[in-house]
Amino acid sequence: MNAASDVGYHAQRQARWHYGEIAFWLIVLACGFAFPSRYLIMTDILRLALFTMSLDLILGYAGIVSLGHAAFFGVGAYAAGLLALHGIVNEPVLALIVSGLAAMVLGFATSFLVIRGVDLTRLMVTLGIALLLEALAERFSNITGGTDGLQGIEMQPIFGQVPFDMFGKAGFFYSLAVLFLLFLFARRVVHSPFGLSLRAIKNNPLRAAAIGIPVNRRLIAIYTLAAFYAGIAGALFTQTTAIASLDVFAFERSADLMLVLVIGGTGYLYGGLIGAVIFRMLQELFSTITPQYWQFWIGLVLVVIVLVGRQRLHRWVLYVPNLVIRQVAGRKGIVAVPESEA
Amino acid sequence: MTIALETQKLEKQFGGLRVTRDLSLRVEQGARHALIGPNGAGKTTVINQLTGVLKPNSGRILLEGQDITDLPVHKRVLLGLSRTFQINQLYPDLTPLETIGLAVSERLGHGGDWWRRMGTRSDVNGEIADLLTRFHLLDVMNEQTVTLPYGKQRLLEIAVAIAAKPRVLLLDEPAAGVPESERHDILAVVGALPRDVTVLLIEHDMDLVFSFADRISVLVSGALLTEGPPEQVARDPQVKAVYLGEEAVNV
Repeated sequence: MNAASDVGYHAQRQARWHYGEIAFWLIVLACGFAFPSRYLIMTDILRLALFTMSLDLILGYAGIVSLGHAAFFGVGAYAAGLLALHGIVNEPVLALIVSGLAAMVLGFATSFLVIRGVDLTRLMVTLGIALLLEALAERFSNITGGTDGLQGIEMQPIFGQVPFDMFGKAGFFYSLAVLFLLFLFARRVVHSPFGLSLRAIKNNPLRAAAIGIPVNRRLIAIYTLAAFYAGIAGALFTQTTAIASLDVFAFERSADLMLVLVIGGTGYLYGGLIGAVIFRMLQELFSTITPQYWQFWIGLVLVVIVLVGRQRLHRWVLYVPNLVIRQVAGRKGIVAVPESEA
Repeated sequence: MTIALETQKLEKQFGGLRVTRDLSLRVEQGARHALIGPNGAGKTTVINQLTGVLKPNSGRILLEGQDITDLPVHKRVLLGLSRTFQINQLYPDLTPLETIGLAVSERLGHGGDWWRRMGTRSDVNGEIADLLTRFHLLDVMNEQTVTLPYGKQRLLEIAVAIAAKPRVLLLDEPAAGVPESERHDILAVVGALPRDVTVLLIEHDMDLVFSFADRISVLVSGALLTEGPPEQVARDPQVKAVYLGEEAVNV
């Protein structure tokens, strides 16, 4: 084979769809039909998955740590709430996009603070921004409803056609559609030269600059995009629950997000999705066993994951699925877990 | 002869320490110029100022007549000033294919392209294939860089710098740390660099310097001690004195 086309083939290797991925999405869709009584929790998982994917974009790809990602979630949530409450934008999809853009503007504005400095500085700056917004939301209670939150939000039908029902069915499929579209977009972006340059910056910013990558510009771009994703997740929260309260900005939200991403794994986009499922299931499992101390068990799981190493866990967990897939699709179909996830 | 790279009265201080003293250096177009000096002479500090990692306290840096003193690192690269590092600066998780692909994409202005997939531009693919072949990396192009033997990593380090198609290339001890068995490959690729690329070599290894360079500048305590063709520098009593006890200069 000609070397150039060989190079092209291998360069696109990761961008190709694997059977495992298609299976993954089919299973998610099937869940919508298989568990009609569980729409609310499943919608919650989808929102968390989208929110975590946002963190994965900056942490997993560009190496920007954040303990204040709830800032964008919160802005998106309140924006969606206010738009619906005051009838500014009634159509949910349009309101969703506007809310995402509001978070994006904040992301762009604060990115200049975040890209400076190293990990510890970034942790503190992001944490500080989220705290600041929480305090502002509390202070301006005439707009945000203060500690009571926004009440009496009534959502209009999606595209004027599909109303949100009390079982959460519409909310689930709406959230799933949004998640899937944003996933496709993110997938495209991370396999572009831009996405690769983010991984290069994470690996070695010194060398990245030395081959002509404008490091700061790239970081600002991805941080802004991630803020948009988080804002959309927040807006989905308000739209599907019809409430927005101060806890959208809470520190716990940002911290949980980090847990979810670590559980699911960074830098391959599915980490947020898988992590959200595992996290919520563990949460439910542990809280039925021990309602008061479920956090103890979550903590234990986290310690085990970090100590044992996710790659080894993946090998155990995916042993059976891989066996099945190998029978059906041959070696190529193995559920892809990048080696860098060790 | 036109001047490819020039410093004018370059001055750099760390606190009270003057690590670059009134350094005026001229590298001619197409030259094989070596910058040598004993340990601690400030060679790497000079490189860091040339590439923009460090800002000089005063003085100017000109690339083909254009003042680049205040330009950030990545803009200098796009103007044609590229470097290798004394200690490999690679991307441990990325493959040689991705590493070189990125450098080529960046130079051709596709680096910020966030929609088109990597590997779908035939001009980029062609250049990557060419570089991988030239630097004997084709067979390991899908391996993670961190798993490659040191010699291969060293080749990749140089390949990445070349991928930027530099007009001026700064080689910071290209053969440092490479085992004897893999040295030949490195020296071969360095020797085979096209003549229109100006090379400034920073090196400790005197054999390499005298076999490669057509002009040598000697840096001592941050200042230029002497400069000239290799034979002249080798005979210079001052240079001999500086290197006495460190390494004998044999030609």
